[in-house]
Amino acid sequence: MGLRKMGPNKRNLAVGAVMALMTLGLGVAAQAQEMIRRIDNPPPGHPLPEIISGYEFRAPETQALQDDDFDNPGFLWVEQGEELWDEAEGKAGKSCADCHGDPAESMKTAGAEYPKWNEKLGKPINLEARINLCRTENMQAKPWKLESEQMLSMTSFVRTQARGVPVKVQIDGPMKPFFEKGKKLYYTRMGQLDMACANCHEDNYGKRIRSDMLSQGQINGFPTYRLKWQKVGSIHRRFKGCMKQVRAEPFKPGSDEFTALELYVAYRGTGLSVEAPAVRQ
Amino acid sequence: MGVDWKHKTIRACIGLGLGLGMSAMLATGAAAEGLVKYEVVDDGVPQSLTGKPGDAERGRKVIINRKQGNCLACHAISVLASEPFHGEIGPSLDGVAERYSEAQLRLILINAKAVFPDTIMPAFYRNDGFTRVMKKFRGKTILTAQQVEDVLAFLKALK
Ligand code: HEC
Ligand code: HEC
Repeated sequence: MGLRKMGPNKRNLAVGAVMALMTLGLGVAAQAQEMIRRIDNPPPGHPLPEIISGYEFRAPETQALQDDDFDNPGFLWVEQGEELWDEAEGKAGKSCADCHGDPAESMKTAGAEYPKWNEKLGKPINLEARINLCRTENMQAKPWKLESEQMLSMTSFVRTQARGVPVKVQIDGPMKPFFEKGKKLYYTRMGQLDMACANCHEDNYGKRIRSDMLSQGQINGFPTYRLKWQKVGSIHRRFKGCMKQVRAEPFKPGSDEFTALELYVAYRGTGLSVEAPAVRQ
Repeated sequence: MGVDWKHKTIRACIGLGLGLGMSAMLATGAAAEGLVKYEVVDDGVPQSLTGKPGDAERGRKVIINRKQGNCLACHAISVLASEPFHGEIGPSLDGVAERYSEAQLRLILINAKAVFPDTIMPAFYRNDGFTRVMKKFRGKTILTAQQVEDVLAFLKALK
């Protein structure tokens, strides 16, 4: 289903059959891996009594859509990312593949490790920022806009290589101050409704807020295909949406604030399998 | 799953914290620009914010409206069963008028944190002390004084 709803992308229909084979191929390999979606005994000091993937809070129909790589509409972006991987662009005339070779090997764990420390910038960067650094520095190409089709496709593709790999981000050493900043943001009440992330995703997960079942707000499934968006969206887009819900002025996607928050939220999901592209309502 | 919400223990706070500390104290919000002045006496606000009783029917609409009270996001209310999707974050409001006086309910609406210190429930009649409020809501209350009284009129019938 999903695929045809995707809009005026002619390639969809033309190469539907080919794509089916490709996505199935990818899927068999990845889905065979065991997915860790629940950790009953988080390490000491962890803020949650149990760590649970957002998948567990969704309706069976939504879960089924995610489970089947052919039905999962997010795979359109994964496939577009796969094509972009091989495309040379920029003055250096290089593609991702020229530097990184086989993505199944070179990108096996990256999707589980971001945000990561960047020595040159002296701060952590997320996957989007890493990809844009590769573009500007190594390819001498223009950076992609954060919520562009290309960026969403590439992040979907790269994270899918890490499917099944447990999330593990560095939080000590130079990462520490950014981790602390993210943590502070997570617990700061904001907006006219005066709520912190923790009010919903720590204190009330598992309960309904109107029709939505609150999850722990984990990010192991991103980029996530949202039925509401009719496309995949980034972690920072989701953060922005949650802030607007409480009538708070959101931080800018790609900002240091959202990157610090991403680091902290990634840490809260330590040990959960990467399961991009997830499907949400 | 999830943490049991703790309204039983917190309800005791009304008696303790508020009863002791807040007797006849002017609410901080009262000084804020544009707000009707109100007085907190013991654990409630006895006087109507508008000087007259609210309208329960209008209150019902405010409660349901997602851009106004949106109370059903968090609370179930049996008499509004025809409305879809009642939330589970707060306690059911059935019988709430038996548990609290009118003055107590008014304070809960004005600023729930004055009654339940760490609550997730928004303050519906406060316009300062917030962080990073979106421009179009800055300096504004979620509900008007009239809407607070209207919601209150609806709650008072929940016996
Ligand atoms: C008023 C309640 C509320 C607040 C406050 C809130 N969120 Fe959310 N959030 C939701 C709802 C509802 C959803 C959709 C259902 C779900 O996954 O919990 C959601 C979803 C998410 C998701 C997607 C989870 C997934 O599995 O796809 C993330 C990530 C998230 N929130 C992070 C945050 C962060 C970070 C903050 C603070 C900046 C925050 N939220 C504040 C209500 C809230
Ligand atoms: C985001 C969630 C949320 C929203 C929205 C909300 N409440 Fe609440 N409310 C709560 C919680 C949670 C409690 C319990 C106090 C606590 O422990 O925090 C509560 C408590 C109450 C109580 C006391 C009930 C009792 O039995 O102790 C009343 C009355 C009440 N709310 C009325 C309302 C009304 C009316 C609205 C809308 C105008 C509303 N609430 C909106 C979360 C919410």
